[in-house]
Amino acid sequence: MSNLEKYNEAFMEVFQIGEDQLTDDLKYQSIETWDSVGHMMLMAALEEAFDIMMETDDILVFESYPKGKEILSNNYDVEF
Amino acid sequence: MLFDFNSYSNNVFAIDDNNVSYSYKDLWEYGSELNNNFETLRNLCFILCTNTPGCLLGYTSFLNYGNVPIMADDNLNEDLLFALIDNYKPGYLWVPTEKESKFEGYVKKYSKWDYSLLKRIDFKHVELFSDLALLLTTSGSTGSPKLVRLSYKNIEANTKSIIEYLNINSSDRPITSLPCHYSYGLSVINTHLVSGGTLILTKYSVMQREFWKRVKEEGVTSIAGVPFIYEMLDRLRFFRMDLPSLTTMTQAGGKLSLKLHEKFGQFAKESGKKFIVMYGQTEATARMAYLPPEKCLDKIGSMGVPIPGGKFSVIDVDDNEITTPETVGELLYKGDNVSLGYAECLEDLQKEDERCGVLRTGDMAKFDSEGYYYIVGRKKRFLKIFGSRVNLDETERLIAQDFKDLNCVCGGVDDKMFVFITDESKKGEIKKYLSEKLTFHPSAFNVVVIDKIPRNSSGKILYSELSKYYK
Repeated sequence: MSNLEKYNEAFMEVFQIGEDQLTDDLKYQSIETWDSVGHMMLMAALEEAFDIMMETDDILVFESYPKGKEILSNNYDVEF
Repeated sequence: MLFDFNSYSNNVFAIDDNNVSYSYKDLWEYGSELNNNFETLRNLCFILCTNTPGCLLGYTSFLNYGNVPIMADDNLNEDLLFALIDNYKPGYLWVPTEKESKFEGYVKKYSKWDYSLLKRIDFKHVELFSDLALLLTTSGSTGSPKLVRLSYKNIEANTKSIIEYLNINSSDRPITSLPCHYSYGLSVINTHLVSGGTLILTKYSVMQREFWKRVKEEGVTSIAGVPFIYEMLDRLRFFRMDLPSLTTMTQAGGKLSLKLHEKFGQFAKESGKKFIVMYGQTEATARMAYLPPEKCLDKIGSMGVPIPGGKFSVIDVDDNEITTPETVGELLYKGDNVSLGYAECLEDLQKEDERCGVLRTGDMAKFDSEGYYYIVGRKKRFLKIFGSRVNLDETERLIAQDFKDLNCVCGGVDDKMFVFITDESKKGEIKKYLSEKLTFHPSAFNVVVIDKIPRNSSGKILYSELSKYYK
């Protein structure tokens, strides 16, 4: 699985959404399932998928689908 | 009066997310102004709860002047919300002004701080038991009409006791990490309003940057959390955050894992903070026990000792008191904070004290040789999902109502409900339904398809046979 596929998989599984909803508009609280609980689940899923440990600040600024990609590629060497 | 703000009227009672400060003097004066809108005494007032100054204005005014609030979750599913209102037909509603148009059959009487008082058009005065002060939901999310009836004495006793063992004073500045319709969240509010402290009211969660910004900017001194919040803090690498003003962390609302109990206890010890594991139920207003912070690491897994003024006993199946340590029985609590009883309909609000200071907790517990108590299980069929009680039988009934002919059984462990069905095609739908109806994140539900529901010869469901799935 490519990194993008792994990334998408985590979003779709945790938020119970389809691939068509993975857009630049997908943000924290833009859908009901991305609440604080969902956020924690997403972080857990991504840490497992990429075998990383995310820093506090990165978890807190991970506010959208595109922002997350930026954080993972800049700070955790995950290439998309 | 429960809340007499006169001796600290110049203190700030709350600061909101926009950095606006609200004084106790205003809370007092507007509380009196709000009360002028009632034509009768002892009215039933439904509050749609948010952690905002407006919500607390209604709450404190109603309690001070003898009107009886029903505290409801602002996020409650709308069908369930209207069913709850219909069940109790409250004479007044105190709701966020932006939501006032949702309530048909009510007209506006007064507005302050983004909240509005609405009066029922076919208002009828109802009798309420003289000691009845406040009504809280138990299994909030299933919309069960079952409410806990609390008296003035209950609130006063529990508030005083918590202030004593947590040593709360006017310099304390807690942040609202829990909703105020929830007894634990409300206890944080009560104890600080009675002490003249300042509540940092926020709509943000611990998973948001803004929350921590508020903690730092406002010099927050304490934070309260259910087990799930502590899991989030752990994942956030909370231990690496620099939060010098934060001195106290309390935990209740379910049993914390032993691992996190130890981890937070250790962190508190090393950083000179206090981590206090506690135990309570809405049926006891909020709190029944606490683990003194200096004992935190010696007694991992324990919820401590009774709060000042409270007493525990553990009883066996024949209701005899167990006197031998490490023996499991049902936990009984005695104290002035034990609620009057339950209400399920309007007529029940006339009922008197049915418990007389004694509560059968429904929790199975034991004590060690030094008198520290441990919860080991539950007698009743419910789970705590992210700190809120969810009754499994009620959940099964909800599903049965909306999915005719579906075989369905609910079980699970805290923070993870297992729903067993035999019809594979309904799997996704059930998960979505429960998440929307009970307003919990879908990850709290695990729908498992099994061949058939295990039953004994008389047709009773064998819940124990399903426990192998919970590992």
